[in-house]
Order: sequence, then C-alpha cells, then structure tokens
Amino acid sequence: MNTRLIKPEGSVGVDGRFGEFGGRYVPESLMGALDELEREWETARADPGFTDELARLLKVVVGRPTPLYDATRFSERVEARVLLKREDLAHTGAHKINNTVGQALLAARMDKSRIIAETGAGQHGVAAATAAAYFGLPCVVYMGATDVERQHLNVVRMEMLGAEVVPVEAGSATLKDAINEALRDWVTNVESTHYIIGSVVGPHPYPELVASLQSVIGEEARTQVLELTGALPDEVVACVGGGSNAVGLFRAFYRDDSVRITGIEAAGEGLDKRHGASISAGEPGVLHGARTMVLQGADGRITEAHSISAGLDYPGVGPEHAWLATSGRASYQAVTDEEALVGFKALAETEGILAALEPSHALAHVLAHGGASETILVGLSGRGDKDMTTIARAGKG
Amino acid sequence: MNGLTAHLEERRAGGRKLLVPYVMGGIPDRGSFPEAMVAAAEHADALEVGLPFSDPLMDGPVIADAGERAMASGTGPLDALELAAQAEVGAPKIAMTYYNPIHRIGEVEFCERAAAAGFAGLIVPDIPVEESESLRKAAGDHALAWIPLVAPTSSARRVADIVATATGFVYAVSTLGVTGARESLSERAARVVAACREATDAPVVVGIGVSNAAQAVEATRSADGVVIGSALVDLVLRSGSDAAREFLAGVRSALDTGG
Ligand SMILES: Cc1ncc(COP(=O)(O)O)c(C=O)c1O
Repeated sequence: MNTRLIKPEGSVGVDGRFGEFGGRYVPESLMGALDELEREWETARADPGFTDELARLLKVVVGRPTPLYDATRFSERVEARVLLKREDLAHTGAHKINNTVGQALLAARMDKSRIIAETGAGQHGVAAATAAAYFGLPCVVYMGATDVERQHLNVVRMEMLGAEVVPVEAGSATLKDAINEALRDWVTNVESTHYIIGSVVGPHPYPELVASLQSVIGEEARTQVLELTGALPDEVVACVGGGSNAVGLFRAFYRDDSVRITGIEAAGEGLDKRHGASISAGEPGVLHGARTMVLQGADGRITEAHSISAGLDYPGVGPEHAWLATSGRASYQAVTDEEALVGFKALAETEGILAALEPSHALAHVLAHGGASETILVGLSGRGDKDMTTIARAGKG
Repeated sequence: MNGLTAHLEERRAGGRKLLVPYVMGGIPDRGSFPEAMVAAAEHADALEVGLPFSDPLMDGPVIADAGERAMASGTGPLDALELAAQAEVGAPKIAMTYYNPIHRIGEVEFCERAAAAGFAGLIVPDIPVEESESLRKAAGDHALAWIPLVAPTSSARRVADIVATATGFVYAVSTLGVTGARESLSERAARVVAACREATDAPVVVGIGVSNAAQAVEATRSADGVVIGSALVDLVLRSGSDAAREFLAGVRSALDTGG
C-alpha cells in the first residue's frame, strides 16, 4: 500500500503558511509543544520505522484500503458516473481514524502519557478513544453540550472505549467551544499530554500533520479510479467542516489540472440565516490558532455556526482550504440542511447506504449539479448511524 | 521611552512593588463599569482592562463567564474600549484583548482607537512573538506599550526574543494553565521571573493565579509586581466596587510593608 505522505508543492512554508493563511496564533505556553510536535513529526515521517508501522496499522486496525464504489443506481439520478470513496467502511465508521491512529502513534513515540481530543459529530472522539485504547493511553474528549445530545450514540461509544467525555456548556456548546476547552486543557497539561486535533485546523503543524495523515484517502482513490475507469475523474467533491476528509481526498489531485475540485460547506438554514459556510460567507480572521476564513461580526467576535450535521457546524475552516479557494484551485459551494437530507435519502434508496449527514451535503450537491461532469469522485466520509435520530426527527419535521 | 515604561520604572526605582489589577470591560454592568475601574485603579500602578471576546481560550471560568455576561448585556470588545474612555482613572490603562478583534478592524485602526480611548499599553495573549511584528509597530506608533507574555515552557532563546519586544513590562505567566484563582502560587513563578531577569532590565510582573495579598507578597520577592485578575473580577461581580477597592487596599499595604 502506498503511504507516501505528500505535501502540496509551494503551499506550506517554513512558518506553516498556506499562502496568507495558517500560522500559529496561540498562547506562549503552547509554542514549545508546537515546536516539539513539528520536529517530531518531520523526523517521524522520514523514518521508515514509523511509516511502516503506520502502514501496518492502517491495514489491520483501520481496514484500509477502503473500497471505491461504483454507485450505478445513484448515478442514474445524477446523469453522471458517481464513484464513492467509502471511508464509511473504515473502522469506527468515518475517515477520522486515519488521523487518530497516526497521531496516537506519534504521541507514543513522543512519550506522551495522555490523549485529549475535541469532537463535534463524535466521530473524531470515537476514533481518538479507539486509538487511545489501542495504545493503552487515557483519553479525555471535549464535546459541546448540544452535540452530546444530538450525537448521543457516539457519546456512549466513547465511554465504552474507556474515554472520559466532558460536555462543554460555553458559547454555542458545539465544536468551536469544544476546541477552546481542549486548548485550555492542553495549555494546562502540555508537558504530559498530546492533543489529537480532529481536522486540518489549529496552529501549525496541525493542519499539515492532519492533512498528511488523511492524504491516504486520495492516494488510494486516485489509483482506484484509474484502475476502474482508465481515466481521472472530471470532478472530485467532498464536504468541508474543518476540511480533513476533503483535503485528504483533494491533495492527490492538486496537480491534475483537468480535475475540478469542489468543497461543500454547510449552508444550514440558508446563507442569509444561520449556517457554517466560512469560505462562502466568511472573512479572513484568526480562530483556533490559524489565520483562515472565519464567520465573525464586524468587531471580530466569532459568530455561532449552524448545521444539521454536527461535523460541519463550525465557524472556521482549515487554512489549506482558504488557500485553495483564494488561489482558485478549488471552488466551494454551500448546501442547506434540507438539501442534505435529500442527498441522504437518495443514496439510501438507490444504493442501500446510510451516509452520515456531513457527506450527505456532498451527495446533495452532486445530485443537483453533477450532470455537468462525466465522472465524479465523491468522498463518502462516514456512515449515518449517529444521525438516525436527527434524520427521523427532521422527517417528522 | 514609552509613557507607561517611564511611569513604572520610576515607581520601581522608588522601591515600590507594582500592583496591576484586571477588570473586565462592562462588568459588573455597563453603568457601573466606570466606577469599578476607578475603584480598581485607586491603589494600582497600572490597570488592565479585559475586552470581552467570544472565544477567550486563555481564560478560566470566572473571566470567561464575566466576558459572556458583558457581551450578553451589549458590551463587545470595541464597546469596552469606548466605555473605558468614560472613566477618569488615576493609573495608566492597558487593554488586554485576543487577537481577532484587532485583526478584524485592522491593527492600525485598533491601535488608533485604543490610544484615542486613553490606553497606554496592549496585552494580546494569543499572538506569539513570531506573528506580532506589525502589531508591535502599530502599537509603538500610537504610544501603546507592548507587554509580551513569557511562559514556564518558554526556552531561554524564546525568552530572549520575547523580552526584547517589551516596552512596558514583561508579563511572567506564573503557571501552566488558564486564568483563575489558585490555592497557592506555583513554584514555577520564581523560575519564570528569574529567566526574564537574565534577559531584560524591564519590570517583570507575575500574573495568572495570583489571588490574594499573601500570594502577591510571595510573588514580589522575585518579581517587580503582580496582576490580580480572576479574584478581583469575582469580587466585583459578587460584592461590588467598594469591596474591590478594600481588597486592593489590603494587597497594596501588604506589598508596601512586605506582608
Ligand atoms: C463523517 C464525517 N464527515 C465529515 C466531517 C467533517 O470534518 P472534516 O471536514 O474535517 O472532514 C465529520 C466530522 O465530524 C464527520 O464525522
């Protein structure tokens, strides 16, 4: 299996910038730990002892490679050939485990004795708890109180995996506030603790670290599409919360000029109401340690985001996406709560797959606009078990 | 020399330990905030004014909740700057703000507004020395002293780079963690102060977790002064400005008499 860890050329500078985005805007207390993490990661990624072990874990723990799935009946509705990269079939049910296994391996190498994580949908929390259990490390997961309620199944899973789940009541009580609380914990326990951040967000080196660990998605998918169809896809589409499954899928195609790259943000109730579309409707700002596109007021206060999917309910986005949008290499569209439910239903009916609400946004976009392409590769980032209550409720609406 | 620096160095030269109380903009409420400022400034050598922010990741529950309360009653970060201009206080004012409000309205514009509101210095806890060059310049251009933070985890090289940027005082973070009252002063505090002293002659003031007169006295055995934050904000909210004045009078006299 190919586990070459790629970096997009000309993107990340020595100071961890993606063009004008990224960087490190954190309290001084964390600067030493970020330097250490950057150093350790650069050494580890060049060390065959580490990359071979990571490759083994991705195979036997995560179950990689995940299949590429020819969605023939769904394709009929789209009038284009839709291929799904099935991250929902990875262990624990989402792409998040690619990152947590890699970071936990790195944490063990760095002799850290404790893992913390934040979670929105709970998929990253479950994946972090799983990796922590595998390595025998204690794990604390911060989760917004709103998300604790709407993603209850994942709370139970994390607890069964031995993690402590801490509900966060502050602010909007969602992902943004969970990250704040995880950062507060890290500021306090930085010497013993590794913070496994769940997306391509946060201060350098996190966006680069997480993107590298997730780029296995796109490397596999590119090879699989070429094998299946003999050509590259015309378009690659993925949902963007923080943006880790999307960057993981996109990176392999940056240099394929013929391939259009489309990221799908959450339009929530509509872009003129509450939403989570930081690139489509935000402004440059600094959130969670990086300069990126941010939903904010005129005085720089961060706006509360909204999405039916907890994983896209975030007022920021990874700096690599802000850079891809500015440079024009990728385009970003937004899909509403209602449209996402349509995307969810269509895949369930045509293929017998219950997708998570996050990638249902990407499916909805493809349903509405896919006809313009011949072959479309879609990142199916996770499975929908966690969302059944939300979807059932919305159906009764 | 910056006005704040001259003011603090003169006091230090006179053998006085520096007391820097922290108040949250718009607390206990918009109407009484100027009164809280005046009370806190009475025995102070400088006054730190926190600007309420949505994502205060260096703050523990007391200051974070106070900020939420201020915002809920209509005091955002820029409102707090303007409110602070309304009170005639006897000590130089320092704005303590997270970076995004500055970034959003622009570094120069922000410094202009802070200076216009009578501020003499700036503390930004979420911008490291590597990212702060243009902001430091804007601050300097508007006669705002730059007060950088040094942490217990800062390497000697970082300490040297950081203190070199200080134009008011150096803020020595006493412990790993967020703001909030502590039972005792961390034994790390003296080490952080010593590391700063190695690298600078600027006043070194200890903050984070300093909660009472005894801890202030202990901290100033090595440091030139203390910031008292959460304990004071809590007191202003629970018992009002007079209680805050009395509390700080006690800290002042303990600092003056050495306990
Ligand atoms: C299935 C799934 N997809 C997508 C996301 C969004 O995260 P990201 O944008 O980092 O891929 C999440 C987050 O929880 C998720 O669980």
